[in-house]
Amino acid sequence: MKPARFDYYSPSSRDEALELLGQYGDDAKILAGGQSLMPMMNMRLVRPKVVIDINRIAGLSHISPRRDAGLAIGAMTRQRELERSALVLETAPLLSWAIPYIGHFQIRNRGTVGGSLAHSDPAAEIPAVCLTLETEFELANSGGERTVKAEDFFLNHLTTALEPVELLTQIRIPQTVGNWRWGFQEVCRRDGDFALVGAATMLHLDDKGICLEARITTFGAGGTPMRMDAAEVYLSGSSVSTDDRSEAARLVSDALDPISDIHASAKYRQDVAGVMVRRALEQALLPQALPFNEGEDAA
Amino acid sequence: MTTERNIRLTVNGKAYESLVPVRMTLVDFLRGELDLTGTHVGCEHGVCGACTILVDGSAMRSCLMLAVQADGASLMTVEGLADGPELHPLQRAFQRNHALQCGFCTPGLLMTAYEFLRDTSNPTEEQVREGISGNICRCTGYAPIVQAILDVSQEAG
Repeated sequence: MKPARFDYYSPSSRDEALELLGQYGDDAKILAGGQSLMPMMNMRLVRPKVVIDINRIAGLSHISPRRDAGLAIGAMTRQRELERSALVLETAPLLSWAIPYIGHFQIRNRGTVGGSLAHSDPAAEIPAVCLTLETEFELANSGGERTVKAEDFFLNHLTTALEPVELLTQIRIPQTVGNWRWGFQEVCRRDGDFALVGAATMLHLDDKGICLEARITTFGAGGTPMRMDAAEVYLSGSSVSTDDRSEAARLVSDALDPISDIHASAKYRQDVAGVMVRRALEQALLPQALPFNEGEDAA
Repeated sequence: MTTERNIRLTVNGKAYESLVPVRMTLVDFLRGELDLTGTHVGCEHGVCGACTILVDGSAMRSCLMLAVQADGASLMTVEGLADGPELHPLQRAFQRNHALQCGFCTPGLLMTAYEFLRDTSNPTEEQVREGISGNICRCTGYAPIVQAILDVSQEAG
């Protein structure tokens, strides 16, 4: 038997799950798609006393247009459903493009949007995309609910604003209005691996191609995905020319202080983060931006 | 509180009922309890793909699910591919192309290819390579596996 002993609950309603969370708090782990939690349990890196499996709760899996525009996505929505959703592609192409980079399709068949966010691996795609899209997260506990913005959600390596008694139930992606462009790039050693480093960008352009607002996020370059303020400010008001893109990349590299590990040195991550940002900006300016930048090595 | 649970599920069209420890993974249940040892267990953290099976029609890692989570589900394992003595076209193509040597990765690759071909008609070689990128083979160098899958897609053509 691989995982250490635990007590198992599979509540059929949200209220029941929240009651269990209230009761067990820190001793409990929520089991969503299990594509991160199960490996950690199999290797006994995590030994929860209580596992609360939320796969049998109805109503946590959905992709719905919101009345005030934008999208609401249930926390238990499988990543594969997002990948296949025309509604997501239309409303938030950045999310559609990023999904195929997550693991492999067998992982996405099971893995969930909420699981990825709650786990919050610094190199994961969905947290970076949600930070760029300025997504809001709905967190529930047995006493009520609160909404947390993406910028306040990711605190540190594998650490979020979720309290031990809280459950992430839904995310809300705001509608973008006007001419928005999107870019998503990452580099990894093998297809499906966690990114060594990556970038997500959004550009709001006016009809003359001048940038009204730029959003730039790097991931895998710190404890959480991070918005790159200096580069965003620099690009606002610019025409996002070749020189502007290079300068933005330089500002990004300068702002980062990543770690070295067996996969890549800090210097590599710092430099390649800039390259990813530059390419994501180029991608955003293409007439029809493509989701993949295949067959080309980084840096 | 429960440390054991009764589950009912269907595997390759056959119904089973069993009392399982809640911490038993699905792949260990298939192999140890149902004696369906065709599904292999490799890395046990979702990376190698050897344990890939179909859960309600979708390819998933059976090492990353608990057996209790399969309660009510319909599973298909590599044992479900052949029709009696008649091998599945994928199995025949793997044989014909020498797409296996030690055979450890084969069950996972077959089940992965099963979903891949169901969802992708007339795939390119690049698409096949992307489709099997979540399954590790240490013998073949992948070329014969890619060819076998392309063969089947052309037969179905």
